[in-house]
Amino acid sequence: MSDCCNTATVDIKVEPRAPGKIRTVALVGPPNSGKSTLFNRLTGLRQKVANYPGVTVEQHFGKLNGIGRSDLTLIDLPGIYSLDTYSEDARVAVSVLHGEMPGTPAPDAVLLVLDSLHLRRQLTLAAPILSLGLPTLVLLNMSDLMEIRGGEVDTLALARELGVPVAKISATRGTGLDAIAHFLDRKSETFQPRPAAKLELPVVGNARSYRQWATGISTRTKYKAPISSEWTRKLDRVLLHRIVGPLLFIAVVIGVFQVVFSIGQPLSNAFGDFLNSIGGKVGAYLGHGWFESLLIDGIWKGVASVLVFLPQILLLFLFIGVLEDSGYLARAALIADRVMRAIGLNGKAFIPLLSAYACAVPAIMATRTIENKRDRFATILVAPFMTCSARLPVYLLMIAAFVPNKPLIGEFFGLRAAVMLSLYLMGFLAALGTARLLKSSILKAASAPFILELPQYRLPTVRSLGLRVIDRGKVFLKQAGTIILCVTIALWILSHIPFHADLPDSVIGHVGRWVEPVIHPLGFNWKIGIGLLSSIIAREVIVGTLGTLYGADPETQSLGLQAALRHDLTLGGAMALVVFFAFAMQCTSTLAVVRRETNSWKWPALQFAYMSVLAYTAALAVNQIITHFVH
Amino acid sequence: MSALSELGIGKMAIVEALDLPEEVGHHLMHMGFVPEARVIVIRRAPAGDPTVYYIDGFEIALRRETACSIRVRPVEDDH
Repeated sequence: MSDCCNTATVDIKVEPRAPGKIRTVALVGPPNSGKSTLFNRLTGLRQKVANYPGVTVEQHFGKLNGIGRSDLTLIDLPGIYSLDTYSEDARVAVSVLHGEMPGTPAPDAVLLVLDSLHLRRQLTLAAPILSLGLPTLVLLNMSDLMEIRGGEVDTLALARELGVPVAKISATRGTGLDAIAHFLDRKSETFQPRPAAKLELPVVGNARSYRQWATGISTRTKYKAPISSEWTRKLDRVLLHRIVGPLLFIAVVIGVFQVVFSIGQPLSNAFGDFLNSIGGKVGAYLGHGWFESLLIDGIWKGVASVLVFLPQILLLFLFIGVLEDSGYLARAALIADRVMRAIGLNGKAFIPLLSAYACAVPAIMATRTIENKRDRFATILVAPFMTCSARLPVYLLMIAAFVPNKPLIGEFFGLRAAVMLSLYLMGFLAALGTARLLKSSILKAASAPFILELPQYRLPTVRSLGLRVIDRGKVFLKQAGTIILCVTIALWILSHIPFHADLPDSVIGHVGRWVEPVIHPLGFNWKIGIGLLSSIIAREVIVGTLGTLYGADPETQSLGLQAALRHDLTLGGAMALVVFFAFAMQCTSTLAVVRRETNSWKWPALQFAYMSVLAYTAALAVNQIITHFVH
Repeated sequence: MSALSELGIGKMAIVEALDLPEEVGHHLMHMGFVPEARVIVIRRAPAGDPTVYYIDGFEIALRRETACSIRVRPVEDDH
């Protein structure tokens, strides 16, 4: 399987080098300098994402279509404060800039983006970048805002001081981009590496001397910092208020979930119906045969069972995007830090873990905002314990079939609700315990402190939100899609060999029976065994598989699925099954995304093994306790 | 001389030194915590920790465990 599902990094293809020509341009800048917005402006929709080899840093690149230079490749480097190799991001940036990153061509020119609202501090990054000696254009971003707020900078004087051209731009408005086109036109005709020695640059790697150098330059170029926006402070007075802050925070969380479930769920259902009807139509067109069965029952159904989550996943990406782009994500991290610290994580893990209640896929992809690698990995590893929406169909089926609707506290809180709630609680406690376990063992933190920059509040733009949702959606489809395709084909073949055999007599049926002694102590029969095997694609697939199995069995054919399950399973077995689903890692998409985000099969394998053992043990305990002590 | 974590809300101070491992110290320096930089205590998170500091045009939140390793010289508020 690993061959066809290999998600190797992409080599950037470039035209062969003609002497003196620019082919690749690197986009460099500190975090929150508006670099991503500029990258989106310059490359448009046709950008590509991959992982750099051997690390967990994402590589964004695309053709410079935005300024009509589709012959040039723009590489977006991670946001960095310096070239100190403190973080993995900075190490990646340094090796790309030095042309030492395998698969990435050495950049021929650099676009350095600096936030002109905070030029004095942002200039410190110019020193190490300029000392690389590459042709560089310095872009003073958000210059429109700076001027509105009464800031000033003499770009000519700054260009003289730095020895490279300087241009004022606004990435949000798209102004000043012609300067980039001009710079690249000129440079591609006469490409001459600039002798670095002429500039008086500070001692490399010394934060203090960079600072003095930057201060000196901003004073000499008469930089006048704009008056800082009062908006952010005023908003924070409310949003970070001791009492109002946390209340609003909870309101935001509830609001997000309300929308994801009340809009996302029907959307997902409608999308699922749509996908099935396409499958039905194409199937009818193809007529009966093994090919139709492979294509429709195997591939299409399997892929559709994962695709139905797409509306919810995209909606969650949209929300995370709004939170991040508006600046609220950092405030949420600040509010949640105290609580998250108790389980050994930091505040930035809160929103990802919360998203995992809808789906672990966007949650795991959202952990990129956690700079500390160990904290990030711990968050990735515990996220699938949160009760995601794919578990709900299984819970609802089993609870409806086995738990009587006895009122416990009045009419509103019955036994069924209590069972459901305890399943949610179980997942949460497992995440908590696992996080503590990880942080005190294999992911024991080094002395990396929690440093959180609170950016100014900004109104997210439709354009950047749209691009982000498309980008994340593409990554999910590409990563999960390939692996799911392999798994569905494999499962179809296993359930259709020998030819013309029904599911119980197929290879998978035999495996289901063969594992029966192993799962018997949990109260499961071989049908549940087959269901568990098929739900490796996605959790809710077990409902369909059980429907097929019980529908094909003459003994239970006339019964509904709930009645058929009651006929076959004990209460202990049924409860053991839901508990098994609460803990087990029955989700190929999540495994695929974990493999991408950790850039290794080691972590998803560990996660799968750990969660399976936990699920087995817990299910065993539940079945034994119920069998011996209830009734 | 006192630790940054000891300052009350609204107080201003000058950074003197960072008693932190070299890597962490360098990172904080690149984020603005260099000797002689002016820092103002803005607010505490609703739970009382971390604390938000204003330094060099930016707002940065640090936990108490980090802020107590930053030595500062308090100055009278003149802004």
